[in-house]
Amino acid sequence: MAETPIFEIAETDANRVYDRPRLLLDATMHYCPGCSHGTVHKLVAEAIDDLGAEDKAIGITPVGCAAFLYNYIDIDWIQASHGRAPSVATAVKRLCTNKLVFTYQGDGDLAAIGTAEAIHAANRGDNIAIIFINNAIYGMTGGQMAPTTLLGMKTATTPMGRTPELNGYPFKVADMLALLDGVTYVTRQSVNSPANVRRAKKAIKKAFENSINNKGFSFVEIVATCNSGWKLSPVAANRWMEENMHATYPLGDLKDTTSVGAAVEK
Amino acid sequence: MKEEIIIAGFGGQGVLSMGKILAYSGVMQGQEVSWIPSYGPEMRGGTANVTVILSDRKISSPVLQEFDTGIVLNQQSLDKFEESIKPGGTLLYDPNGITRAPRRTDLDIYTIDAAVEAARSGNAKVFNMFVLGAFLKIKPLVTIENVIEGLRHSLPERAHKMIPANEAALRKGMELVKKAE
Amino acid sequence: MEDIKLMKGNEVLAYAAVRCGADGYFGYPITPQSEVLETLTELRPWETTGMVVLQAESEVASINMVYGGASVGKRVLTSTSSPGLSLMCEGLSYLAGAELPCVVIDVSRGGPGLGTIQASQADYFQVVKGGGHGDYRMPVLAPNSVQEMNDFVDLAFELAFKYLNPAMILADGVIGQMMEKVRLSPQKPRRTEEEIRKECPWAAIGKGAHRKERNIVTSCYIDPETMERHNHKLQAKYERMEREEVRVEEMEVSDAEYILVAYGASSRICAKVVEDARAAGLKVGLIRPITLFPFPSEAIRRAAQHAKGFLSVELSMGQMIEDVRMAVGNAEIPVQHFGRTGGIIHSPREVYEALKQFMTETGGL
Repeated sequence: MAETPIFEIAETDANRVYDRPRLLLDATMHYCPGCSHGTVHKLVAEAIDDLGAEDKAIGITPVGCAAFLYNYIDIDWIQASHGRAPSVATAVKRLCTNKLVFTYQGDGDLAAIGTAEAIHAANRGDNIAIIFINNAIYGMTGGQMAPTTLLGMKTATTPMGRTPELNGYPFKVADMLALLDGVTYVTRQSVNSPANVRRAKKAIKKAFENSINNKGFSFVEIVATCNSGWKLSPVAANRWMEENMHATYPLGDLKDTTSVGAAVEK
Repeated sequence: MKEEIIIAGFGGQGVLSMGKILAYSGVMQGQEVSWIPSYGPEMRGGTANVTVILSDRKISSPVLQEFDTGIVLNQQSLDKFEESIKPGGTLLYDPNGITRAPRRTDLDIYTIDAAVEAARSGNAKVFNMFVLGAFLKIKPLVTIENVIEGLRHSLPERAHKMIPANEAALRKGMELVKKAE
Repeated sequence: MEDIKLMKGNEVLAYAAVRCGADGYFGYPITPQSEVLETLTELRPWETTGMVVLQAESEVASINMVYGGASVGKRVLTSTSSPGLSLMCEGLSYLAGAELPCVVIDVSRGGPGLGTIQASQADYFQVVKGGGHGDYRMPVLAPNSVQEMNDFVDLAFELAFKYLNPAMILADGVIGQMMEKVRLSPQKPRRTEEEIRKECPWAAIGKGAHRKERNIVTSCYIDPETMERHNHKLQAKYERMEREEVRVEEMEVSDAEYILVAYGASSRICAKVVEDARAAGLKVGLIRPITLFPFPSEAIRRAAQHAKGFLSVELSMGQMIEDVRMAVGNAEIPVQHFGRTGGIIHSPREVYEALKQFMTETGGL
């Protein structure tokens, strides 16, 4: 006997409440189930589409789990060397002032090997947006400590837990960047709940708008899960993030001068 | 015609710029030229020197070990370059910086009292033009008109008002140069 | 009168960059080539041609800015000196892997380590043999006059865009710091975005109104078969360079018994040695590689048919000599090196003496 669907309704524009974002390509993502990258990719695709920026969007991908982001969103991409995406973006934006230029980087790429490039792009006030995925661990290389790893957190290179004596403290990149005069917008978001997903999308959209409108440097940190690296189930990882990560990395805007700053083409 | 010249002295005496003005004059005269500052460890210690070549033909090596003319403006430079002047060559120096007279007897040796004259003129900056004038009196490789033209090209616009003072120093240097006894 | 100027090699690089229609220069000051960035900021090309000039925070950032500019099809360049080039090597490998056109200038100084700010030619291995990781090559032009500092900027861009590959200019502190007469190139216009889309259909400059497929600039090929295919494709380009781009200057070679091989500043010094040797009745010639890759092996092989010996004259402990030996091929023909280092520039006389000693030792004198 054939299986009977529980219910069957013809999909129309009127009753559709959710759809695959138009710019998200029909490809199976390589991310582990439960990883935040997939959700953030979707938000990036939606934000670009909402802004009608498909034709002028140029994304820079990092080295790390998100290196292959270019397989998932239907815009032009440049794959950068480890940590240097902000330098690549700086040149692209200065040479193409009317484009949307953004990087998408993890905590190893941006907060360790590429700290200098990120800080200087921010300090120059380059008209780029950075999406910074902070999951406090190196996902792609197998779960080693990141600069943003929490104190006491066990990783492949801190098997007894991170101690400040040996490895210092969790690196608060967003707080540091917010101090710089060249920076327009710094916010810390998360994608752990539907409400936070909506807030994160708003933040990404604003950062992208700032790039298009030459309103200076924008930085959107997404506090994210890496359940494989954390060795937790997706649900447990989400809970662990809420209880631990959000305490060290509290959510919300750290700086926003979008409405007061003038547009300056660089 | 080919003239290989070393100009050497303290940094700040206008050694490099004198070389540049001379080289530019050569360009104005339609000659091949090269100008290369001392670019070796010897430039440490505050001395500066520059090799200038003026020639009718293409210049092969801008780097040389011996020279037709040495223009030296302090004792260290005399010590260093006196032996590098070709036999029968020319040595021009300002005695004010010199504590030991040249020893060579196979050179045409001239002096120019440029430091005294520059102090007298109240414009220390034209010191090197007294020296250049003296050199051009000894070896008229380029015309004074082409030196002025060279100055026009090598000086920034804002310094063009200095050209008359430079020209005066150049002509004065031509008068003051003396053959050493 | 023709517009002939007296300029330093480094200054000329800046003028040439503006005049060849470059879109951007990204660099970090380092002696002995800081005049390039200084001259560019004095020229203010952003007010005339629209060229971007930016002082980066490091050579690492500079080369990655160049990577960004090249990714969107722009004509971009950087310049540096030896330690700076070491920092750029990762970027060069990415540029070559992603098949991006750009120009990188090394006005080399002495090393290893912090070394000295004085001139040297000890970067031959680094520039000609790779420097960065992976199987890649770059065309390398070695100017020996201020005029060539002008001419080779445009030529390097031509090669870069012809082969979709970074092109290098390997100069040295002597050529960078010396002044000679130069005839500057006429101003070329910068390309419009439309022209770039036409010339560089691969550029990730945004899909624009007409292109439907997205462009991806990457050097990443995880699948082994694809990676190997990519390497074969790159190799085919390098082989084509070897067939089509060899540039060499020969002086008194046809009857020469002894051949000096030298590039850059050394080749100027050796030209005088040849003049002096010929005046003394010695049959001495000079082969001056203008391209270090591709190396003019054929010219050396031809000369080896009548030469009794080769002297590779470099401001280093001997690097190019390996390519000279390979080109000579015949183990019976002696190949020796002479060169000063540490920032000391060998004089024509020193080279002449070394040559005479070499000739004596090998029965040529």
